[in-house]
Amino acid sequence: MIALPTPEEAVQRRARLEQTWADPKGVWGFLTTVDHKRIAARYIVTVIALMFLAGMLALHMRLQLAFPDLKILGPQMYNESFSLHGSTMLFLVSVPVMEAMAIWLVPLMLGQRGMAYPRLAAFSYWLYLGGVMMLWIPHVLGITPDLGWFEYPPLSGPGYSPGHRADIWAQMITFTEVAALAASVNIVATIIKLRPPGMTLARMPLFLWAMLVASLMTIFALPAVMLVTSMLISDRLVSTHFFAPAGGGDVLLFQHLFWFFGHPEVYIIFVPAVGFVTAIVETFSRRTIFGHTALVLSVLSIGVLAFGLWVHHMFAVGLPRLGNAFYTAASMAIALPAGLQIFCWIATLWSGRPRFATPLLWVVGFILTFVIGGLSGIMTASAPLDLQLTDTYFIVAHFHYVLVGGAMFPLIGALCYWYPKATGRMMSERWGVLAFALIFGGFNLGFFPMHILGLEGMPRRIYTYSAGMGWGPLNLVATTGSATSIVGGLVLVANAWISRKHGTPAGANPWGGSTLEWWASSPPPTYNFEYTPVVESIAPLWTDKDGLPVMTGAGVERREVVVTSAIDAVPLYRQKGASPSIWPLVAGIAVTAMFVGSIFTPWAVVWGALPIGAALTGWFWPQRPRARTGPFARRAA
Amino acid sequence: MGRPAAMTRTRSILPILLTWLLGGCTDLQSAISPAGEQAGRLFSLLQLITWVCGIMYALVLLFLGWSMVRVWRRTGGDDAPIVDPADRGLSRSMLVWAGLIVGGLTLLITASFLADRHLASLRSEEVLRVRVTGHQWWWRIAYRDSTTGRWIETANELHLPAGRTARVELGSSDVIHSFWVPNVAGKLDVIPGRANSLDLTPHRIGWFRGQCAEFCGAQHAHMAFDVKVESPADFALWLAAQASPAALPADPVLARGAAIVTEGACAMCHAVRGTPAAGRPGPDLTHVGSRRSIAAGTLTMSRGALQGWIANPKALKPGTTMPTVPLDGADADAVAAYLESLK
Repeated sequence: MIALPTPEEAVQRRARLEQTWADPKGVWGFLTTVDHKRIAARYIVTVIALMFLAGMLALHMRLQLAFPDLKILGPQMYNESFSLHGSTMLFLVSVPVMEAMAIWLVPLMLGQRGMAYPRLAAFSYWLYLGGVMMLWIPHVLGITPDLGWFEYPPLSGPGYSPGHRADIWAQMITFTEVAALAASVNIVATIIKLRPPGMTLARMPLFLWAMLVASLMTIFALPAVMLVTSMLISDRLVSTHFFAPAGGGDVLLFQHLFWFFGHPEVYIIFVPAVGFVTAIVETFSRRTIFGHTALVLSVLSIGVLAFGLWVHHMFAVGLPRLGNAFYTAASMAIALPAGLQIFCWIATLWSGRPRFATPLLWVVGFILTFVIGGLSGIMTASAPLDLQLTDTYFIVAHFHYVLVGGAMFPLIGALCYWYPKATGRMMSERWGVLAFALIFGGFNLGFFPMHILGLEGMPRRIYTYSAGMGWGPLNLVATTGSATSIVGGLVLVANAWISRKHGTPAGANPWGGSTLEWWASSPPPTYNFEYTPVVESIAPLWTDKDGLPVMTGAGVERREVVVTSAIDAVPLYRQKGASPSIWPLVAGIAVTAMFVGSIFTPWAVVWGALPIGAALTGWFWPQRPRARTGPFARRAA
Repeated sequence: MGRPAAMTRTRSILPILLTWLLGGCTDLQSAISPAGEQAGRLFSLLQLITWVCGIMYALVLLFLGWSMVRVWRRTGGDDAPIVDPADRGLSRSMLVWAGLIVGGLTLLITASFLADRHLASLRSEEVLRVRVTGHQWWWRIAYRDSTTGRWIETANELHLPAGRTARVELGSSDVIHSFWVPNVAGKLDVIPGRANSLDLTPHRIGWFRGQCAEFCGAQHAHMAFDVKVESPADFALWLAAQASPAALPADPVLARGAAIVTEGACAMCHAVRGTPAAGRPGPDLTHVGSRRSIAAGTLTMSRGALQGWIANPKALKPGTTMPTVPLDGADADAVAAYLESLK
C-alpha cells in the first residue's frame, strides 16, 4: 500500500513525465519524434490530402462520363486518372489510414505510453511517405501509371508498356507494403504484449481484436503482392519470363498471386471498420455491445476465410468449373459472419438507449450502404452470374459500396468520435449532420445507378461511350451524386479544421465512453497516462465509476512501458521505450533511394543495400540505458 | 383545383423521368434483356438472387428502423450505461437470424451450382465453330467454310444462326481481352497462351453488340463488335457471301480505289481476298462494306465515316495502330468508295 501523492507531488510527477517523454524542440523534434500520436497525425494529414486529390481525379472522370462522347479527358488522361485514383485509394489511403488509426489509438486504448517499437512506427511513416512521393511526383512529371490498380501482364510487361510507368506503379507497391508490414508487426506486438494488467484476451475491446486480426492478415497477405510486383519488375528490368507465355511463363500466375493478396486486402480495410463501428455503437447506445463473443469469432473467421476466396476475382478467366463452385461457396460463406455482425450492432441499438450524434449517424449510414455492398457481393460471388457482372459498372458500384460504405463511413464516424480526444475540442454537430447528409446522399445517388449501368452492359474503364448505348442519363445522375459527396467531404474537413480552434472544449470523456482512451486527458499528454491502469472488466470506465485502480512502478525518469503476458495480461517487466532518433528517417531515405534506383538498374539493389546497412547499424547501435534526470542521471564528468 | 393538377403533373413526371433514366437504354448490349440460352439462364439466376437479397435487406431495414423508433418512443429513464445486460431474447433471435442466413446461402449456392451445371450441359458436340482473336483494339473473326474447309476471315462483326450453338474459340494476339455479348452469354477472358472457348446459343433474331470487358490499353473503350443473330437460312447466305472473293470493280473511280488499296500502303496490313492485298496485321477488308460499323464499333458504316477514318484514324481513336496514309482528296474519295462497295 502506498500513500497517495499530495497535489504538489502530483504536479511535480507530471512535469517529470513530460520532461522524459517530450520531443526535442523545433525541426529536429519533428524529424526525430517517435511519439505514436504525432506519427499517426502525420499519416492522417497525408491521407486526407491524398483523398482530396483522388476525389478530384474521380470528379474529373465523372465529368468525362457525364454525357456520351465527351472529350474532357482523352483516353490517356482517363486511363491515368483511374489508375492513379485506384492505386492511391487502395494502397496509399485505405490500408495506411487504418494503420494510422491503430498507431494512434492502440496505445491509448491499452492505457500505455507508447507502441512496442516506437522507432519502427516512425520508419513505417517515412517509408509510406516515400511510396506517396513515388506515385505522385512522377504524376507531376507526366509519367503516371496508366493500367489500373492491378496491372495485368502482358499489358504491363515489357512488350506493351515501354517506359517507366509500370515500374513506378510496381515499386510504389513495394514501398507501401514494406511500410504496412512494419506497422502491422508493431501493432500486433503492442496488442499482444503491452496490454494493461488485467486486460485478458476476454476483456479486450473489439477494436483491438479487429486491429490484431487485420494486422495479422496484412502480415500474411502482403508478401504475395510484393513478390508479384517484384516478379513483374524482373520481367521488365532483367528479362525474366515469369509472365511471358512465349518464354514458358504464365500470365495467370500474376492474377493468382495478386488476388491472393487482393482479396484479403479488402478485409484488411474492412475489419478495422468493424472495430470502429463496435466502439461507436457501444458508447452511443449506453450499453456494452451485444454479442461480444460472436463479434470476435466473426472477425476471426473473416480473417481465415478471406484467404480462401481470391479466385472469385478470376471467374471469367476460364478455370475449371468445379473449382469455381468451391470459391463461390467460400465467398458466399462470408455473409454469415458479416450478417451476424450487422445483427449484433442493430441488436445493441435496439436494446440500448441510443443517442444519434454524428458518429452514430455514420454507423447507420454504414449499415444502410454496406449491406447493399455485401448483397451485391453475394451476386458477384456466384461463379456463373459473375460472368455477366465482372468488369462492368456493377463491380464499380459493388466495391464502392463495400469500401466507401463499409470502411470509409465507419472511418469518418471514427474520426468524428475520437476527434475530441485528439484535439480537446468538439466538432460542430450541425455541420457534421450536413456533411453526413451530403456525403451519404451523394454517394448513393452517385453509385446506385452504376449497378443498373453494369447490367445494361457498360464495361468498366472505358473513357467514353456513344449516345446510341443509352447510358447517358444514369451516368449524368452518377456524376451529380459524386459531385455532391465531394462537397460534403469539403464541409467535413472544414468542420474539423475550424473546430480545432473554435470548438467547445471537450473534457476527458465527452461521449461517456467505456474504454481506456477516455481516461486520458484530451488531448492526451506526451506520456498519455500518469499511471498504468488496472482493468477489471470489458468496460472499465463504466464499471469503475469511482476511478480506475492503478499500478505504480512504471518509471518517471526514463521512457518505460509495462510488458504483460500474452493471454492473461499479468505484468511481467518494465521495458525501456525508445527515445527520439533520426535513424528511422535516415533508414527511410536509404530504402527510398534503393527502391527508386532499382527502377533504372538492377545494380541499385546491390549498391543501395550499403547505405541501408549503414543506417540500420546506426539505428541498432547498442546504447546503455541512462536516465536524464533523477537519482540515476548520468553524473557530469 | 391546383392540387389535383399538381398530382397529375407528378404522376406524369415520374414515368417520364423513369423513361429518361432507363428507357434510353437500347438493350443492344444488356444482361437483363436476354436473347440467348446462356444469358436467359443467368438472368433467371440474377432474379432469384435479387429476390433473396432484397428480402434480407428488407429485414435489416425493418430491424434497424424498429430499433430507432423504439428509442423515439422511450421516455425519460436513467442515463447510466448498462454493462452486460441479460439478452436472452436477442440471443435466440440471433440464432434465428443465423439460420436464415445459412438457409439463404444454401439456396443460392445450390442455385448457382445448378445454373453452372446447366450451362455446362449445353455444350454439345454439334456446334458451329467460330474463331475469335482479340487484337489491340479490334476482333478478328473466322468461320469455317463447310464446302472448302477453309477459314474465312472477317472482323468486328459476328453472325450467329438462331437456335444453334456456336462455339467461339478465343485467342489473343497481344494482351488479355474479354469477349462479352451480354444478351447471349456471360463473358470469357481472351488470354494469350490459353485456349478458352465459349458457347453461344442465341434464340432471338436481331442486332446485338459485344464489347471487350478487360482493360487492354488506350482504346479499350473502342473495342466493340456487332452481333447479328439471323435465321439459319440467312446465315448460310451470309456465310456464302463472305466466302466469295471481292468483286473486281468496273467503275473507273472504284478501280482507282481498288488499285490504291490493294497495291498501295493499305495492303501492308489488310487483306482483300481475290486481290494481291494479303496483309495480316489488320482486319480483313474483303467484305468491309457489308459491315455495320468500322474501327471496332467506333463509327457507323458510311462512305463519309470511311473517309474520315482513313484521313485521320488517330483523331478518332487515339492510340490506334492504324497509320495515317497521305492521300489527296480524289484518292481518298476513291478509296472510301471502293471500300464501301466491298459488300
